[in-house]
Amino acid sequence: MSDQMTSAEQAPTGADATPMVLAESVSKSFGSNEVLKDISLEVRRGEVLCLVGPSGSGKSTFLRCINHLERVSSGRLSVDGQLVGYRDGGDKIYEMHPKDAAKQRRDIGMVFQRFNLFPHMTALGNVMEAPMQVKGVSKAQAKARAHELLARVGLAERADYYPAHLSGGQQQRVAIARALAMDPKLMLFDEPTSALDPELVGEVLDVMKNLAASGMTMIVVTHEMGFAREVADTLVFMDGGVVVETGDPREVLANPQRERTKAFLSKVL
Amino acid sequence: MTDTTRPAAGTTPPPGGSPERSPAKVVKLRHPWRTVFAVVLLVLLALFVIDAAQRTAYDWPAVGKYIFDRRISEAAVFTLLLTVISMVIAIILGVVLAVMRQSQNPVVKSVAWVYLWIFRGTPVYVQLVFWGLIAIIYQSIDLGVPFMEPWVSIPTTAALNAFWIAVIGLSLNEAAYMAEIVRAGLLSVDHGQHEAATALGMSWSKTMRRVVLPQAMRVIIPPTGNEVISMLKTTSLVSAVPFTLELYARSRDISVEIFNPIPLLIVASLWYLAVTSVLMVGQYFLEKRYARGIGARPDTVAGTVPTAAVPAVDVDLDTEADPGSMRHGGDAR
Repeated sequence: MSDQMTSAEQAPTGADATPMVLAESVSKSFGSNEVLKDISLEVRRGEVLCLVGPSGSGKSTFLRCINHLERVSSGRLSVDGQLVGYRDGGDKIYEMHPKDAAKQRRDIGMVFQRFNLFPHMTALGNVMEAPMQVKGVSKAQAKARAHELLARVGLAERADYYPAHLSGGQQQRVAIARALAMDPKLMLFDEPTSALDPELVGEVLDVMKNLAASGMTMIVVTHEMGFAREVADTLVFMDGGVVVETGDPREVLANPQRERTKAFLSKVL
Repeated sequence: MTDTTRPAAGTTPPPGGSPERSPAKVVKLRHPWRTVFAVVLLVLLALFVIDAAQRTAYDWPAVGKYIFDRRISEAAVFTLLLTVISMVIAIILGVVLAVMRQSQNPVVKSVAWVYLWIFRGTPVYVQLVFWGLIAIIYQSIDLGVPFMEPWVSIPTTAALNAFWIAVIGLSLNEAAYMAEIVRAGLLSVDHGQHEAATALGMSWSKTMRRVVLPQAMRVIIPPTGNEVISMLKTTSLVSAVPFTLELYARSRDISVEIFNPIPLLIVASLWYLAVTSVLMVGQYFLEKRYARGIGARPDTVAGTVPTAAVPAVDVDLDTEADPGSMRHGGDAR
């Protein structure tokens, strides 16, 4: 990962030329309330991008647009060169049938603030569910893979526990394993540590750091500036539905260029 | 606060403080009036039973004679069959209707709404009489192109006997109520569950079947148990069809024979009670089945207070749950 950061300017080769996520003038309104205004950004393969900003700045909405949990109002948003939730028709884009949109989501993992584990299934069941139901993987295969993933997030011994019997940090780690079970090419994290007790934040961030080190492309909405500084390749500061500042996290955090960024960081750092 | 001068547990008592006290024994609050009330009730019950045993109008010998009468036990089987078959159809149709009402498609949504409006808005007795007259309204069931000679034509009376007409009447009515119960269950499931399943690439129907419905069951089962018991008793209305082989109609037939309705009412009531009791046991086990993963062992859930002796919550949880395990969250990676 570290050499990727240094070679950011270097032209990628082959299929890697397509950015993993490409947003072109993405706007989104809820009624008359415009929550995203003309957002354009690019996430390269293997890049870790942290989205920070005050609540209501549109960062979570943007994240949810990437896997079409929210529809964009205008603009183009593509993952791995494919428009998300829409079919390209020149100057117009046509909404997809939900079944086709569901197919696209298989390749995009998402981790939620409130974990959203399935409470009626064990940790193992949670991780096995999507591969079996969506990809049609055999039970034995899904089980083996789920055990492997739970071990990877440090919860090998918790496989048979129901979510209600796991701590918040453990639940979130199961949620990460569940998303990884679909072998996504992109992982979205929507404030993954915001609902956790402070002492449990570390264990989840550790898992995410390892994931980043393994080369996963990640977009992380977070308030953890330490994590952003340490792990992210790019930091994007959003406010009021627009991208205010983008750059190397160490530079942005140490020396913000915009007044709005300065004001925000002075409160959270 | 009178105990503020007492040292907190674990700290050394101040020098010259009160001598060491043994831990106070807890004396539970007593409820003497409960016992008194229970005794009074038992006495009243005994009086009622003794009195009832002596009253000739109850005709206890007749109760004893008919309680295991073949006609009655067969009628109980019919009652149970009517209940179970109608409920199974009603639940399936109710789930379909509830899901239809949740649908994004306005056409589907309206169809479900109209169904509910009609079947919930008219009395079940009236509906049963209507269904009983179906053979007069539609003499034959025709398959084919409208206004042309039908390919197949079956006389309605041959296709449907009174039992199945009763089943149709009961289940279509009940489905309207089940739909609302199922809908309440669906609404009780957190929206995040929908999102999580969707984000994993599950289709809407898979999300419903695998994620939302199983969780909704916990909310759906108790009122459904109620509906089953209610259905058991509603079967006594199917004489409107008329279907007369169920428990209530049968016991009325017999009471006409012996010119005394009271003992047969007792017989029927005892059978209804017996069947209800069996159904309640079934409900208990169903509720247990769908309570998986909910509640239980709240002591090990997040938020345990960290102490100096236990460095991390994760380790704390491990040692609490399986003391033999030395592994914890941090070192498995």
